[in-house]
Amino acid sequence: MERRKLLLSFEKEAAEKAIVCELVRRFDLGINIFRAKITPEERGYMVLDVTGESDALRSGMAFLRSQNVEVDTSAKGVCWNESLCTHCTSCVNHCPTRALHVSDRGEMRMSFDSNECVECLACIKVCPFGACSSMF
Amino acid sequence: MEEAAVKSYEQINERIAAGKAVVLTAEEVSDYVEKKGLENAVSEIDVVTTATFGPMCSSGCFLNFGHTTPKIRMTEAWIDDVSAYAGIAAVDLYLGATQIQRGDPANLYFPGEFRYGGGHVIERLVAGRELELLARSYATDDYPAREVRGKFSIRDLNQAVMVNPRNCYQNYNVAINCSEKTIYTYLGVLKPKMRNLAYCSAGQLSPLLNDPFYETIGIGTSIWLAGARGHVYAEGTQHGSLAERDANGVPMEGAGTLALTADMKKMRAEYVRGVSLKGYGVSLALGVGVPIPIINSQVLRRTTVRDREITAPVIDYSYDYPEKTGRIITRLSYEEMKSGKAMVEGNSVETCSVSSYAKAREIAEILKSEIVSGDFLLSKPTDSLPREKKVSPLKVTPDVRR
Ligand code: SF4
Ligand code: SF4
Repeated sequence: MERRKLLLSFEKEAAEKAIVCELVRRFDLGINIFRAKITPEERGYMVLDVTGESDALRSGMAFLRSQNVEVDTSAKGVCWNESLCTHCTSCVNHCPTRALHVSDRGEMRMSFDSNECVECLACIKVCPFGACSSMF
Repeated sequence: MEEAAVKSYEQINERIAAGKAVVLTAEEVSDYVEKKGLENAVSEIDVVTTATFGPMCSSGCFLNFGHTTPKIRMTEAWIDDVSAYAGIAAVDLYLGATQIQRGDPANLYFPGEFRYGGGHVIERLVAGRELELLARSYATDDYPAREVRGKFSIRDLNQAVMVNPRNCYQNYNVAINCSEKTIYTYLGVLKPKMRNLAYCSAGQLSPLLNDPFYETIGIGTSIWLAGARGHVYAEGTQHGSLAERDANGVPMEGAGTLALTADMKKMRAEYVRGVSLKGYGVSLALGVGVPIPIINSQVLRRTTVRDREITAPVIDYSYDYPEKTGRIITRLSYEEMKSGKAMVEGNSVETCSVSSYAKAREIAEILKSEIVSGDFLLSKPTDSLPREKKVSPLKVTPDVRR
């Protein structure tokens, strides 16, 4: 079993198809949607976790692409800008998954594990230094 | 408390100028002295560097714009739509860090975001970015212009002087929330029912925790302020040296403060950062480095203080802080808080900070390397900070009501 965090982006037409439903039905993939949005420019975005056999995952991603959905596996829906981060640690109690965490308690330095991020956007609200941002 | 000097400021400065000074950060010095013994170490070490980086609301800057043709005597002014105080001279403004931008709904849609304000303007100024000035006047015979509007950067100003009437708080409260709802404070967002707590001090690296009796840090002390060479110009506002202290003299609450100033044109933007505190407002975070000359063994001994020996009072910011009840829930050491979890009333509570220990470490290292390379000489204070001062509440009752 493999787990992949995907950022899907697509034009309005693709949004009207039940693509997530197909992923479950056709490829036997487990889906956990973190967030989805259609912007005023009518572009759709969705961030989700997909779990399944490696082959099925690959086929599922190929299927998405065949439906004109851009599939990004680099988990960049929420960004942590390290150069803006002061390592104040103000966000750590608010990140539900510890994606943002103090990785070195001696130096008190922060790290961001984007694969653990469920895109709840809490850090964007609490960070006093504007170090966290959302792509959409 | 006074002890014969082992080394004078002049001797230390000679060693710095000759590139021979032995400098340690306040973090390094603890282990070093433990290993070498106090008496050996005092003859070796010349300077210990301390530092802090955190929001300091009591910050601002004086800006001189030079004259336009025809001249204006500014009576109202905004920089990037943030109001600056113009009740000074014709083309001088004072910009405060916590001033919010015109049109910001503040807490109308609670909790407000406070994305941009005085602190951010100051950050952009130091970064050399372009800002927009709008100044108005009622016009006079000698200053006939009624309005000036245009872009400028810090390079266009004659002077840009940072002033921090209160910085480097010796120690500070730890905020917790005992209520049933989330609260938004200057120490960050606090979850209900004591589910997290926030502290704000560099602990063992903090300047005044390493010199608890102000034996070397005083008025006239040269400091590193966001990369510029600055100095302590007075006791800080709310300087309250008569605070409760532990057996080693380390304050267990707020206590002393420093008033600092330096030339903003020489600052580095990464150490001058605008702060947006959700539901609270805007502020400015600043990096400060303060050298402690090791003039005798007691001064050295006090710099060896460690996070586990420094405690801070945990206060309920949903009730006891606003109502000034004086209740302290418990005291926690910085060591415990920095571990990520701390025990409060039998519960393990997640911890976070608003000041940055990582940045403080960086600054202590930078100051150390500036001293080692002979670029930063120390100065002897011209006056001491008061040791017996109390902070008084406002007594203009009868009617201060919400
Ligand atoms: S978006 Fe949520 S899960 Fe992701 S890093 Fe921020 S707080 Fe953590
Ligand atoms: S709150 Fe912002 S600046 Fe502070 S540690 Fe988190 S991401 Fe960095």
